[in-house]
Amino acid sequence: MNREFMVNSALLLGLVAIPLWAYVSDEPFTITLATRVAILALAGVGLNIALGLGGLVSLGHAAFFGIGGYAMGILASHAQSYTPLIESPFLLEGTKSMPLIWIAAIISSALMAMIIGALSLRTSGVYFIMITLAFGQMLYFFAISWPAYGGEDGLSIYVRNGFPGLNTLDPIQFFGISFTLLICALWLAARLAHSPFGLALNAARQSPQRVETVGLSPYQLRLVAFVISGAITGLAGALFADLNRFVSPSMFSWQTSGEIMVFVILGGVGRLFGPVAGAALFITLEHLLGGISEFWHIWLGLLLLLVVLFARGGIIGLLAGRGSAHD
Amino acid sequence: MTLVLFVEQVLNGLQFGIMLFLMAAGLTLVFGVMGLINLAHGSLYMIGAFAAAAAAGWTGSFLLALIAALGAAAAAGAIVELVVIRRLYDRDHLDQVLATFALILIFSEGTRWAFGSFPLFLDIPDYLSGTITLPGGIEYPLYRLTITLAGLAIAAGLFWLISRTRLGIRIRAGESDREMIAALGVNISRLYTIVFALGAALAGLAGAMVGAIQSVQVGMGEPVLILAFVVIVIGGIGSIKGALIGALMVGLTDTMGKLFLPQLFRLFMDNASATATGSALASMLIYILMAFVLIWRPQGLFGARA
Amino acid sequence: MTEPVLATFGLTKIFGAVCASSDVSLTLNQGEIHAIIGPNGAGKSTLISQICGGLKPDSGRVEFLGRDITTMPLRQRARLGLARTFQVSALAMDDTVLQNAILGNLGARGKPFDFFSSALKQKDLRKTAMLALERVGLADHIFTRTSELSHGQRRQLEVAVALTLRPKAFVMDEPMAGMGADGSRGMTTFLDGLRDEAPILLVEHDMDAVFALADRLSVLVYGQIIATGTVDEIRNDPDVRTAYLGDAA
Repeated sequence: MNREFMVNSALLLGLVAIPLWAYVSDEPFTITLATRVAILALAGVGLNIALGLGGLVSLGHAAFFGIGGYAMGILASHAQSYTPLIESPFLLEGTKSMPLIWIAAIISSALMAMIIGALSLRTSGVYFIMITLAFGQMLYFFAISWPAYGGEDGLSIYVRNGFPGLNTLDPIQFFGISFTLLICALWLAARLAHSPFGLALNAARQSPQRVETVGLSPYQLRLVAFVISGAITGLAGALFADLNRFVSPSMFSWQTSGEIMVFVILGGVGRLFGPVAGAALFITLEHLLGGISEFWHIWLGLLLLLVVLFARGGIIGLLAGRGSAHD
Repeated sequence: MTLVLFVEQVLNGLQFGIMLFLMAAGLTLVFGVMGLINLAHGSLYMIGAFAAAAAAGWTGSFLLALIAALGAAAAAGAIVELVVIRRLYDRDHLDQVLATFALILIFSEGTRWAFGSFPLFLDIPDYLSGTITLPGGIEYPLYRLTITLAGLAIAAGLFWLISRTRLGIRIRAGESDREMIAALGVNISRLYTIVFALGAALAGLAGAMVGAIQSVQVGMGEPVLILAFVVIVIGGIGSIKGALIGALMVGLTDTMGKLFLPQLFRLFMDNASATATGSALASMLIYILMAFVLIWRPQGLFGARA
Repeated sequence: MTEPVLATFGLTKIFGAVCASSDVSLTLNQGEIHAIIGPNGAGKSTLISQICGGLKPDSGRVEFLGRDITTMPLRQRARLGLARTFQVSALAMDDTVLQNAILGNLGARGKPFDFFSSALKQKDLRKTAMLALERVGLADHIFTRTSELSHGQRRQLEVAVALTLRPKAFVMDEPMAGMGADGSRGMTTFLDGLRDEAPILLVEHDMDAVFALADRLSVLVYGQIIATGTVDEIRNDPDVRTAYLGDAA
């Protein structure tokens, strides 16, 4: 058992124990905070596959977060108003079923990631950062100027979508759903990192030339990673929209992209549990500092600056020490 | 659709493009010389606008407001470079992105704390308000024309600075060979501070000039920053000429798209949905332009091959 | 006479005013080691890049196993069975030795999109990788981080990765660089046995190794091949003596 494993276990335990304690002492708001941590961590786990494993600094992951959110908003609003989404060439109805919405969110954000990735990955380095940021902004403006689904005002859903056998309106049950999905994504990310694909992707980050010389295409590897990454972040977007029962263009905004990246970095890039630690810290800070000062973003900015300049490796790096080459 | 409207929109597109150029020039210089991606460039634009609004409020003079914008943005740029940015030159792009994102948070919230959340207004001075009659009988706002011309003059000055002056030679040397200029005895860290402050001053000036047309508020810089990124991607990183061409392309495409697309859709749609579809598509047009440039020339129109 | 495995015809590459390759034609036959020697700046690396991909010649062509591969991307040439080792190591430095070797085999299999199994626990991947590492003498270092290897060991790992590709021909750029005398001798013995598996186009500065190994030698000066022949022929070639060996002998 190494230290990183212990830190990770403690994190998970805390993320389960706090909402359970809040459930017992009847503090639904704390459960909601924990749910936010789980969902934002899920978005971060998605980004971390592109960023940590693939070395792809995407500043446009809000695109996928937002697509996931709108997949939920659009399907649920059609179900709510009993109007079909499409009538021809085939009938497509809205739905209030979470699993169906998740599938729609995953597919649509994966498709978007494929388009954005196919274009952006033709470049690298600082171009890639700027281009992903720009495509994110493109969807933001599109969401604002497309009036059919609320435009600037966004879409409200009256009742949270349903999951067979569960009461999703009960905060602890919705937390359970979010937490379970987070665990699934973490499991997937862990498998991915040690899989042949992960090995090749990891090598493409360190030495693209090497990957080419053994007959593989770094572009393809990165594109697949980008699509998986976008799909997971899209799923998180659908959950986030369900948590708030509201979706708006702000899910597409560049600040959202920046914040998802901040979770990953605060936690520790390329660390499996980095996004969990980062999201937990972010929400805790927002809650604590936000209570003291209206301008808590200044403190967040200073903290981030200090982490970047002096504490590379993030929280997990600080707690668990430098990672060793995995065996 | 009249010719007058068309000419007016072309002029608006030019004005928008020139302002974007002032933003993009600093970004591309800083990237070309120091290899740094600076997300906080939009904050410098905002600082320029706020400094101008504050100075105009105190003194009532628009000219002093512009000088204040230049000074404040340049000073903020120099301080940020000395305190934070110079620690980032040797870091990877990820660290640069995060640290400058942190700077955005600090600047934005700091400004909100100092000036409040309500937008400020910077008035166009009397001698620049009203319209001017252009040849052909086209009425055009005098202020917009003035800032377009001022922007063009600054662009010309910048080209002169880069190609003719000693500072320009050093900047160009810095782009191609860092060790060389160090070996020639140029104080490289001072050069970096100057370049950064110069880029900041241009951004601040653009913020002040645009601030008089739009409102001055926290968060005004980032949308412009992202457009400036689009400009740089189109023009090619490190190229001032590319930044100018890219900026004009983006400015004109955006303005023309917003004018023409809804009209175009009206040819085969009813009015309401044509406006909706047209304006939604128009908002995406410059990014589509960027995508095409990427497919055609991934290194940008004037970029060196990566 | 059988077809050569690898052949170039009139390769020419000009950078500005410098002619890096000028009408280079050479062949690599089954079962041989063909060494290319020449002073620094003679254009050896440029030549290798044109043969292996990464650099397009201005004119001329490259044939491998009877196919024209002049414009084929690097990774497709690799998949056809052309394995290259680098002068300056291009390895995944943060990964372990074993991971690097497995990557090679992964490329050879051509199916990298396996997301769920563990790369290190796949028997066939691991077996091929281990075999290659044993052959170059790195079996005791499989869990060492590549960045912690000595320069000589990195050369050995480069060769091991090439082995996992089960290539039809090797192109090796200075495999002995940075090795001590013992290491060089070991590598020489190893390469000597390798030629029967697949022919080797060898660029090397270590003359002892070249003279011990090469079946044929080509001398490259200012981008041009001035002589090709057996070791003895080259040793006695007056042009070579003046142009190149003169200052070495």
